[in-house]
Amino acid sequence: MKRTDDFQNRRQHLAGLTDEQLKERFWQLAEQIVNPLLDLGYKNTTPAIERSVLLRMGFSSLEVKPIVEGVIKKGLMKYGSGNVVWRLSKKLNISVRDAGIALAEGKYWDEVTNLFI
Amino acid sequence: MTLQIHEKLNIREILQDLEKYEPRRRGWHWREGRNETRIVGDFEYHESSEGLKNYIPLPGSRGMGYIDPQPDCIITTEIASGRFEDDIRRMRMAAWHGADHIMVIRTAGQSHIDSLLEGTTQGIGGIAVTRKQVRASRKALDLIEDEVGRPINFHSYISGVAGPDIAVMFAEEGINGAHQDPQYNVLYRNVNMVRSFVDACEAKKIMAWADMLQIDGAHNANATAMKAWKVRPELMVQHAINCIFSKKVGIKPENIALSTVPPTAPPAPCMRLDLPYAVALRDIFTEYKMRAQQNTKYMESDMREATVSHTLNLVISRLTSADIQSTITPDEGRNVPWHYNNIAAISTAKQALTGMDGLREMVKLDREGPLGVEVRELKERAILFMEEILETGGYFKAVQEGFFIDSGYYPERNGDGIPRQIEGGIGYGWVFERDPQYFAPVSVHFGYNNLPEGFLRASEAIGGDTFEDRSKIQYIDELDEFDNVNTRLKDVEKYENPKLMKPEVEWKADGIVCTTIFLPCDERTAEFAAMKCGEKMGLEDVTVVHKQCIHPSEGTVVEIKGKVKFDINVDELVIPEKVQVLSDQEIRAAISERPLFVVAATVGQDEHSVGLKEILDIKHGGIEKFGIKYLYLGTSYPIEKLVDAAIETNADAILASTIITHDDIHVKNMRKLHDLCVEKGIREKVMLCCGGTQVTNEIAVEAGMDAGFGRGTHGNDVASFLVKYRSERESAS
Repeated sequence: MKRTDDFQNRRQHLAGLTDEQLKERFWQLAEQIVNPLLDLGYKNTTPAIERSVLLRMGFSSLEVKPIVEGVIKKGLMKYGSGNVVWRLSKKLNISVRDAGIALAEGKYWDEVTNLFI
Repeated sequence: MTLQIHEKLNIREILQDLEKYEPRRRGWHWREGRNETRIVGDFEYHESSEGLKNYIPLPGSRGMGYIDPQPDCIITTEIASGRFEDDIRRMRMAAWHGADHIMVIRTAGQSHIDSLLEGTTQGIGGIAVTRKQVRASRKALDLIEDEVGRPINFHSYISGVAGPDIAVMFAEEGINGAHQDPQYNVLYRNVNMVRSFVDACEAKKIMAWADMLQIDGAHNANATAMKAWKVRPELMVQHAINCIFSKKVGIKPENIALSTVPPTAPPAPCMRLDLPYAVALRDIFTEYKMRAQQNTKYMESDMREATVSHTLNLVISRLTSADIQSTITPDEGRNVPWHYNNIAAISTAKQALTGMDGLREMVKLDREGPLGVEVRELKERAILFMEEILETGGYFKAVQEGFFIDSGYYPERNGDGIPRQIEGGIGYGWVFERDPQYFAPVSVHFGYNNLPEGFLRASEAIGGDTFEDRSKIQYIDELDEFDNVNTRLKDVEKYENPKLMKPEVEWKADGIVCTTIFLPCDERTAEFAAMKCGEKMGLEDVTVVHKQCIHPSEGTVVEIKGKVKFDINVDELVIPEKVQVLSDQEIRAAISERPLFVVAATVGQDEHSVGLKEILDIKHGGIEKFGIKYLYLGTSYPIEKLVDAAIETNADAILASTIITHDDIHVKNMRKLHDLCVEKGIREKVMLCCGGTQVTNEIAVEAGMDAGFGRGTHGNDVASFLVKYRSERESAS
């Protein structure tokens, strides 16, 4: 879009505001802009977020990648990759670390589909 | 492990047991002792911080007792050689000159890699940011901060499609600050916008836990925009979005910094454009910190020009405020920064900030005039920008419609912004809605997290995560058999012998040297003539790094770089032994036993007087303080009259100062002084000493003097020589 500088017309409703009111308005608008973005963050997850969760659960960067890819393939991202590993470890009664390594090596993927009912 | 001042940093020791290394602290560190009046040397400082244990002061400090007052704000330097083993040596140099914020640039393209990288592969324009390189650098910085006596903040980038992964690794490895701004991903890296903001929530939450300082990416708009001063309203909007977004995720405002750059540079009337912008930002973003960056947009290859622009940026910092003063190396318009140009940039900041200490107590910004009008207008334009974002349907829609980086001065629009698609970009489609059963068993997490029954904290489910139990961190050493630090160290192994060396600017033994050449011809001819000069001088891979027309036909100055083929063996150097100077007491005792009288003057057509007066005057620790009497005859003093004065006063010595070197006049003056003394029959009786910035003992002795004194000479050096030489001559006769 092209538009010439119509600042003088547009600013009419701001002209009467004090500097303090202007500052208040500035931050109100900024907040309105970011609120829906924060909401997206609240409700969603991504491969990077899930990898970061698995890293903190004690897996290496080489291990977390195949786990998250497997979780995506199985359609289980909505439950969380860490959740998949944790639930698998409970089900098989093995450590979280062993469960994750097994998944990274391509094992037990048939078991994970039944973890969520 | 501690560093020894006279020993080089040992990279092999840094690499040893790295898998077990734990960073000693987390979180950002501001300088200590700000907002206190401080006496350093002869002066009182009003905007300073605690001094360093070990430092290298500004050259001008020579006449002020070598003081090195430290400004109140953090000073940043960016290091980007691509090899961390060379970077950490430069970090040590930088810390000695006053940098306490070391920013490590990432290798090109890392932001598009959907994973953490590992190992120590060589980067381009920065390092591959990996756990091993970060840990090794942090370990080195822990030693360096002990050496200089001030905590050093280590900083890199949390952006791209692996933002949360990198944030975790940084938090675990004691990184103290990072750039994090989802808008940067969207606008400059074409990462999908939804993905970028969702990832940013997690990354920022982790940064908040690690108490990291966050810097936004708004300065990139300045560097990208066609006319940088026109994006000022938009810059305010970008800062606002990242600040409020980060605060709402949980980062405390004092850890959120705006990356603000004075947008323009001369020949634009930059202060009139940049100052209102700086003031408007500080009016609006009162809760947040200011990271004042220097302008890169209008940098060319002229380091002098860059330094002046950067100094003007520093004036803005001192007239308004800066919590962190970032620096850009003056050679950034030429190449990846070189060692000594990092130091040049740090010194420019330290020099200017110290020089303007307390300026605001005497100079006040006048808001009644055009400044106030401009400030108000910028704020209103930024507000109008945000109003239109909301009218359009929000941030994503606005980006899609090319609102950002438009070259128009908003609300003017030129239709040349950077539009990005909501349903497009790297990482598009990889956002998944969380189910009510979604669970992430970690101690720090943003957004919905359904804790299973029986747990009070999410990470209880796994018995604690890596933030609670470091032993769970998986350390990967190397993945690439050939591209790693061990191979690189092997290539330069012979230079581990401290006796063997090669010039370098970036990497150990890279062999690069830079030469300035003036050629009496036009620019194009000069460019090729300069390269030929380089080849004839024996350099390899000669390239022109800078050229400047001095006159279309009369001349061009060219700077070339090239590689030398040889090594320097220290054992083969002929280094004259350093003269042993007598102690103050010994000199005083000798003078008190037998007084000494000298005549002194600056000779020839030379009006310089400061150096000689420092050698004479008691106030500057000159020879007077040891009891030596003198007759100072002034400047531009004829040599004949100086010799006559020595005869009339029966002087023991003549001290002549000769600064000008044009046509070797300094050497001619010395010869003339010697010859006249011979002619008048007093050469055997008087000691002849000559001093000046370009004088060395060797040059002076060659020209008939008994001694010569160059830069850095003090009164005790001259007094010691006079006492020793007098007694040597007497015992010889």
